[in-house]
Amino acid sequence: MPGTVQTEEAVIRFAGDSGDGMQLAGLRFSDAVAWSGQDLATLPEYPAEIRAPLGTTYGVSSFQVRFGSVEILSAGSSLDVLVVMNPAALKVHLPDLRPGGILIVNETAFEEKAVKKAGFSADPLTDGTIEGRWVLHKVPMGRLVVEAGADLDLAPAEKSKARNLFAVGLISWLFQIPTASTEGFVRKKFAKSPKVLDLNLRALAAGHAYGETAELFEHRFQLRPAEMPPGDYAAVTGNTALAWGLACAAQRSGRKLVYAAYPITPASEVLHEVNKLRSFGIRPVQAEDEIAAAGMALGASFAGELGVTVTSGPGLDLSSEMLGLAVMAELPLVLVDVQRAGPSTGLPTKNEASDLLAALYGRHGEAPLVVLAASSPVDCFWTAVEAVRLAVEFMTPVIVLSDGYLANCAEPWRIPGPEDLPSIEVRHASAIPGTPFKPYARDPKTGARSWAVPGTPGLEHRIGGLEKKDVEGTVNYEPANHEVMTLLREGKILGVRGRIPPCEVFGEASGDLLLLGWGGTFGSIRGVAKRLGEKGVKVSHLHLRHLHPLPSDLGAVLARFKKVLVPEVNRGQLLKVIRSFYLVDAQGFLYTRGRPLNEAELEAAACALAGGEA
Amino acid sequence: MPAYKREDFASGQEVRWCPGCGDYAVLAAVQKAMPEICSELGLTKERVVFISGIGCSSRFPYYMSCYGFHTVHGRAPAIATGIKVANPDLLVWVVTGDGDSLSIGGNHTLHCLRRNVGVKILMFNNNIYGLTKGQYSPTSPKGKVTKSSPLGSVDQPVNPVAFALGCGAGLVLRAVDRDMAHLVEMLKAAARHPGAVYVEILQNCVVYNDGAFRFVMDPAQKPVHALYLKPGGPMVFGPEGRFALVWKEGRLSKVEKASVPETSVVRHDPANRTQAFALSQLWHPECVPLGVFHRAETPVYESEVLRLESEASAKSPADLKALFRSGLSWRVQ
Repeated sequence: MPGTVQTEEAVIRFAGDSGDGMQLAGLRFSDAVAWSGQDLATLPEYPAEIRAPLGTTYGVSSFQVRFGSVEILSAGSSLDVLVVMNPAALKVHLPDLRPGGILIVNETAFEEKAVKKAGFSADPLTDGTIEGRWVLHKVPMGRLVVEAGADLDLAPAEKSKARNLFAVGLISWLFQIPTASTEGFVRKKFAKSPKVLDLNLRALAAGHAYGETAELFEHRFQLRPAEMPPGDYAAVTGNTALAWGLACAAQRSGRKLVYAAYPITPASEVLHEVNKLRSFGIRPVQAEDEIAAAGMALGASFAGELGVTVTSGPGLDLSSEMLGLAVMAELPLVLVDVQRAGPSTGLPTKNEASDLLAALYGRHGEAPLVVLAASSPVDCFWTAVEAVRLAVEFMTPVIVLSDGYLANCAEPWRIPGPEDLPSIEVRHASAIPGTPFKPYARDPKTGARSWAVPGTPGLEHRIGGLEKKDVEGTVNYEPANHEVMTLLREGKILGVRGRIPPCEVFGEASGDLLLLGWGGTFGSIRGVAKRLGEKGVKVSHLHLRHLHPLPSDLGAVLARFKKVLVPEVNRGQLLKVIRSFYLVDAQGFLYTRGRPLNEAELEAAACALAGGEA
Repeated sequence: MPAYKREDFASGQEVRWCPGCGDYAVLAAVQKAMPEICSELGLTKERVVFISGIGCSSRFPYYMSCYGFHTVHGRAPAIATGIKVANPDLLVWVVTGDGDSLSIGGNHTLHCLRRNVGVKILMFNNNIYGLTKGQYSPTSPKGKVTKSSPLGSVDQPVNPVAFALGCGAGLVLRAVDRDMAHLVEMLKAAARHPGAVYVEILQNCVVYNDGAFRFVMDPAQKPVHALYLKPGGPMVFGPEGRFALVWKEGRLSKVEKASVPETSVVRHDPANRTQAFALSQLWHPECVPLGVFHRAETPVYESEVLRLESEASAKSPADLKALFRSGLSWRVQ
């Protein structure tokens, strides 16, 4: 019997061909981990092709789980355990396995032809590639599941499909994670085909038993449950959290929410999710393109309801004229950009956060609007709610930046009670007898014009994309008025600063090095700052949710640090903004490899800048 | 219900189209029709909305005293769709032109019509770009000499009525700007129809394309060419009913009425889409049909959206607490 080693956390990746069922394996194992009380974060990665050719490196699909008894901030970038189901998966993912990490391979798939197809000149399992660098376990999963189901009346190819559950069984054994939730899932999923159900249960059990009996593993791991505050938890991805945030916004405002969108990776799941939320007052419309989607959302806002569109980078490009109109018409509009690697079609399924400058400045004319960024999957919920609040309070378009990592990454969410959900006040104008209606008269506090909606007697008025006369709202081409209006639009957005809480710096409030981040890099950067702190290297972290306007105390915070490092999954977009706004000699840690930030590299860079020893 | 007068629909803003522009006639017809429409549909003025894109015709909303939104070039049908989904009780008109609707906005026109959103599209067709000062438009005939086609346009034009029929529009109409009585009837028919409506209004651009439709505008020529479609009636037109339409070689053809037996004269059946297509192929110098080409009542988009919403609400009422626990959830003690 192998012994047990206590560990605090682990990063596991299941990788295989598109047909290897890796997403299911990863999801099942994540569920089991959540049930056993660990904190976790997950990261699926799919090929862009729906059915990529078998055995190719570009057809590899993977699912990563990071879990532990400590706070898990990101899905991690350095693997402790890598499970590969075929040679192509090995080729793609081996570089991410940490030195000395555990490599479990489905030996059955390592036939000469498949090895060659993956681009290896010789069998990597025997040619010295792995020996001495990683701990290799060759497990003939394909053969073992066929044997496990020997007496079942199913074709061998069909039997072999259950190999993903074998892998789940084996990993569950290795980390002493109960398989009950996985069994429950299998029983439900295959309830209609008893033979397949039986096969999958046997595969799961066989994987578990293999670990127990094969005597290949030196030891098993054990993790204490994480210390999480009591309460009900749900595992949510950023896209689910976003959809739920919109449902919450519709409920708390008492308005309908017209959700218009065109399908686009990686934002489509939100469209799928909101289609289940019609009873919450969400009215989904699948538009003909993103121009129409943004237009429909803006039309809904003109009619007095909440207009929302959710897209990705290419759709942001198409929406820009409608954002400009929303700025001019001063109507609420929420556009969520689930960013992906660009430019153009780019890498649709890969992660990048390179639309910040497009969100801030990607429109002709002086067209200021509010830009927010979600920092974690759960934060997508709160950011969606805040975006709707700001849009209706300030009568402005709001862009929310999410990204492919947040969209697909799942983490536990402590479900809020009704008292934790903010209310959203929507005020529609009504006619005051004897007073002519002025569509561009403003609220002195917010600078927002009033929201007068069709159907309200006495407030009939005309607006549009042409410049407006101050207060009156009629078409006006006078140069002096244009400057007044330009400044009013700018000032209104800057006024949002009054709604931004003071900057919360993690670590020391002043010092040698500040890591300044935004968006989906929160977990990675915070993890790096924590680990460096534990090593005695003092590094602070500030993460921005409000990208426009920026918090009013940001300049003062930056001035308290000798160096500022801006880690970004782009070529330095926030960096440019910070340098130009605050004249700070900030540096960038820039990463554009289609994946979340590499934490080890960031740690080394931050450590060097802070004068610590790596 | 107030009894509206025509003046009640004038915004009082100074109208800035060129003197002699056909748009004035359309504006007058709309302002004349609106009191009758409101009375017939039991609508108050604040429930009437005019949405437009960009172009000469798109200034229209500013001159009406209703709610109005002058939006982005070509996108009015999309914005109008959002309005109807948000509030199906509004009477929403889209005012557009041949460039706005069929060039930059062709895609949105197509989808608004095929979805059957209850939006009434008034397309002012003058076969030219007016606001940008005289380039050929997607409806300009081939060979048209303009500033951007000094050697004659090599573009094949689109046929607006055939396009709308092809998109599956439930009600497709054609009218002429200066025929007020007929145009008012068409506007009333449009307002009455629950689904999407496409009205091609032949409109004279006095500056850049004067006389483009003189064959149905000039009092001397009009009787020779104009065929006013009457549901159920025989397709007979011309001075003293001299001409008739008959099926010949798979198309509707103009013949001397006296040359064919009465029974072979085609009767207008607006429910017949195939016949409507055949009608849409007729043009000067043969015959210019005016009126209702096609009418079909199919489910209206926003009503379907409401139906799904009420069915969903009946099945599982909104409950955030339950929603948050609908996926993988667990309790930490």
